[in-house]
Amino acid sequence: MEMLSGAEMVIRSLQDEGVKHIFGYPGGSVLDIYDALFQCSDIEHFLVRHEQAAVHMADGYTRATGKVGCVLVTSGPGATNCITGIATAYMDSIPMVVLSGQVPTNFIGDDAFQETDMIGVSRPVVKHSFLCKKAEDIPIAIKKAFYLAASGRPGPVVVDLPKDVQNPKLKFPYQYPESVHMRSYNPTLSGHKGQIKRAVKALMAAKRPVLYVGGGAINANASADVIHLAEQCNLPVATTLMGLGAFPGTHKQSIGMLGMHGTYEANMSMHNADLIFAVGARFDDRVTNAVDKFCPNATIMHIDIDPTSISKIINADIPIVGSIEVVLGQMQEMIAEMDALKDQEDLSAWWQLIDTWRERECLVYEKSDTVIKPQQVIEALYKVTKGDAIVTSDVGQHQMFGALYYPFKKPRQWINSGGLGTMGFGFPAAMGCKVALPDEEVVCITGDGSIQMNIQELSTCMQYNIPVKIVSLNNRSLGMVKQWQKMFYEGRQSHSYMDSVPDFVKLAEAYHHVGIRVDKPEELEPALERAFAMKDRLVFLDIAVDPEEHVYPMQVKFGSMQDMFLSKTERT
Amino acid sequence: MRSILSILIENEAGALSRVVGLFSQRGYNIESLTVAVTDDPTLSRMTITTHADERKIEQILKQLHKLVDVLKVSELTDGPHIERELMLVKVKASGTKRDEVKRNADIFRGQIVDVTQSLYTVQLSGTTDKLDAFIAALGEATEIIEVVRSGVCGIARGERSLRP
Repeated sequence: MEMLSGAEMVIRSLQDEGVKHIFGYPGGSVLDIYDALFQCSDIEHFLVRHEQAAVHMADGYTRATGKVGCVLVTSGPGATNCITGIATAYMDSIPMVVLSGQVPTNFIGDDAFQETDMIGVSRPVVKHSFLCKKAEDIPIAIKKAFYLAASGRPGPVVVDLPKDVQNPKLKFPYQYPESVHMRSYNPTLSGHKGQIKRAVKALMAAKRPVLYVGGGAINANASADVIHLAEQCNLPVATTLMGLGAFPGTHKQSIGMLGMHGTYEANMSMHNADLIFAVGARFDDRVTNAVDKFCPNATIMHIDIDPTSISKIINADIPIVGSIEVVLGQMQEMIAEMDALKDQEDLSAWWQLIDTWRERECLVYEKSDTVIKPQQVIEALYKVTKGDAIVTSDVGQHQMFGALYYPFKKPRQWINSGGLGTMGFGFPAAMGCKVALPDEEVVCITGDGSIQMNIQELSTCMQYNIPVKIVSLNNRSLGMVKQWQKMFYEGRQSHSYMDSVPDFVKLAEAYHHVGIRVDKPEELEPALERAFAMKDRLVFLDIAVDPEEHVYPMQVKFGSMQDMFLSKTERT
Repeated sequence: MRSILSILIENEAGALSRVVGLFSQRGYNIESLTVAVTDDPTLSRMTITTHADERKIEQILKQLHKLVDVLKVSELTDGPHIERELMLVKVKASGTKRDEVKRNADIFRGQIVDVTQSLYTVQLSGTTDKLDAFIAALGEATEIIEVVRSGVCGIARGERSLRP
């Protein structure tokens, strides 16, 4: 059997796991691993400028491809800097393996230099974690980490590696396990047959059904199954912020995003539905509005791979635990077996009603000749990229504008931090997408607030030539904070104004990238055209947008789903 | 509603902290917790008593089961079960109180397991209610110096069992 040191085992295990890219930052506790990496030509390493960005890069890489992203950092600050990134992945169920260095085992607990209890600090935001106390434990821990990260409800897994365990002088027999079995971990994949029969019956009998699709459908690669069922049963489809793209936004049965900033038609349909069929969604508070007023007349059907998501917020009348792909397949078999389609109720009255809500045209906004509207930027971006770009987003108003005004055609095309709402996510995530899919156009929609939370990565992009496009909606404020202050705090703009935004064009140029400033509406499209024509360059578009613009629709706090502000002066 | 939960968990470093962390992180309360290795040295058995409504208990059970190290979870209070708690109480036992403490211990089927000239240490096992009642009775009879309780451990009656 081959003899390897702990450090070599780490790298070899990653190779045997099929890892091609890794994102990280070296330091004292991982020097031996980095030395082993130096001698490995199969794995490309990306040196970030802050560990948080490494995790977001791995996260974007994963979201764009479904392949498990991998991060390597040192102990102490290297590890703690990862926490926001890990929590971001955890909240959105993104598979990821984070390898962190640790002080030598005999120093653990002594408050040694750069010591942090990474297992303890990360515990609430990981799916699972391993501390390897012996070199021989490394291959199985890494195998389990990748298996746990990607199976069941996916999530991040931390592997903590003390320095003495990596010792390059001590060699041990190495064999990477082919498979892994854990007696305590067996995610349920197929749904209960009786429940599936009930679900099919309820679906066929429904007069006002809505298919409510979340990020779980994307994680399960079940988009085709969702589209098939929706078309077969003529269902209106509302998607969550995380589910955008699981069902094409351009499809005639799409009623758009639902929830706090959902479309009028999506939220009205939900409120008036007699059946809500939730697929890989979790009734987040940004969807339901007041839980006691949620969809008063609806039967709730819910497929989720994670039993804890079912009946956590909203009681499910027909719960089905299982993988969405498998369960939707089972439903198809049941539909055929029961010959259920021929009994399907006519949904034309329901569609007519939905069409009257669509006529409200809730996304129409007032255009201007003198000032660029943020919505207009997204529409122009959609036009220039022909709706084909992979779009990542930061968090705030620009995120909602992106979600509402760029109809996503396919899954893994819209990449944002939905659960944790992490400002600073979008840019490094875009970098990860571009590394994974170099032939795709990758654009990060951001704002002057969010972009500054990980702007140091302009340097990483220079080092590795990662030509993403940055579309920054610059309103010289923290727009979403300001919107809430205007609406609910009598306009007191407590610390939501940025008095000293840098010259982003010069900043981009300082890193040898291209910066373009856009001030006038007529310059917008030509500037975007110019930016996207530069295939091999990172272009930072600093676009001055109307700082007074709000995101609408917006649900009224403590109301039901149908209670919405539709503009500064109108509400339902 | 008071519930007693039984958990079978991998006997590994960090497993206990994941369970305890889950409770604090999600705002569930722990009234008592006991844990020890089972006949199989790779497994630990844990008993947790908690107070929550039915819906929350269901969430707690599901959340516990979701922990990667957890093999089995069951709610003992769902059916007939045996619950026991062990208590050691150190009390003043001088003068007339000495006999009174002894009488009380006898009534509750406790045992005096340590003696000094002025103190008794009484060992008592039983349900939480019984232990509470004994403390109340002792409190009337003498001065309580120190109380230590193990927390509840329990097992289902009859055929029901919690095996891997």
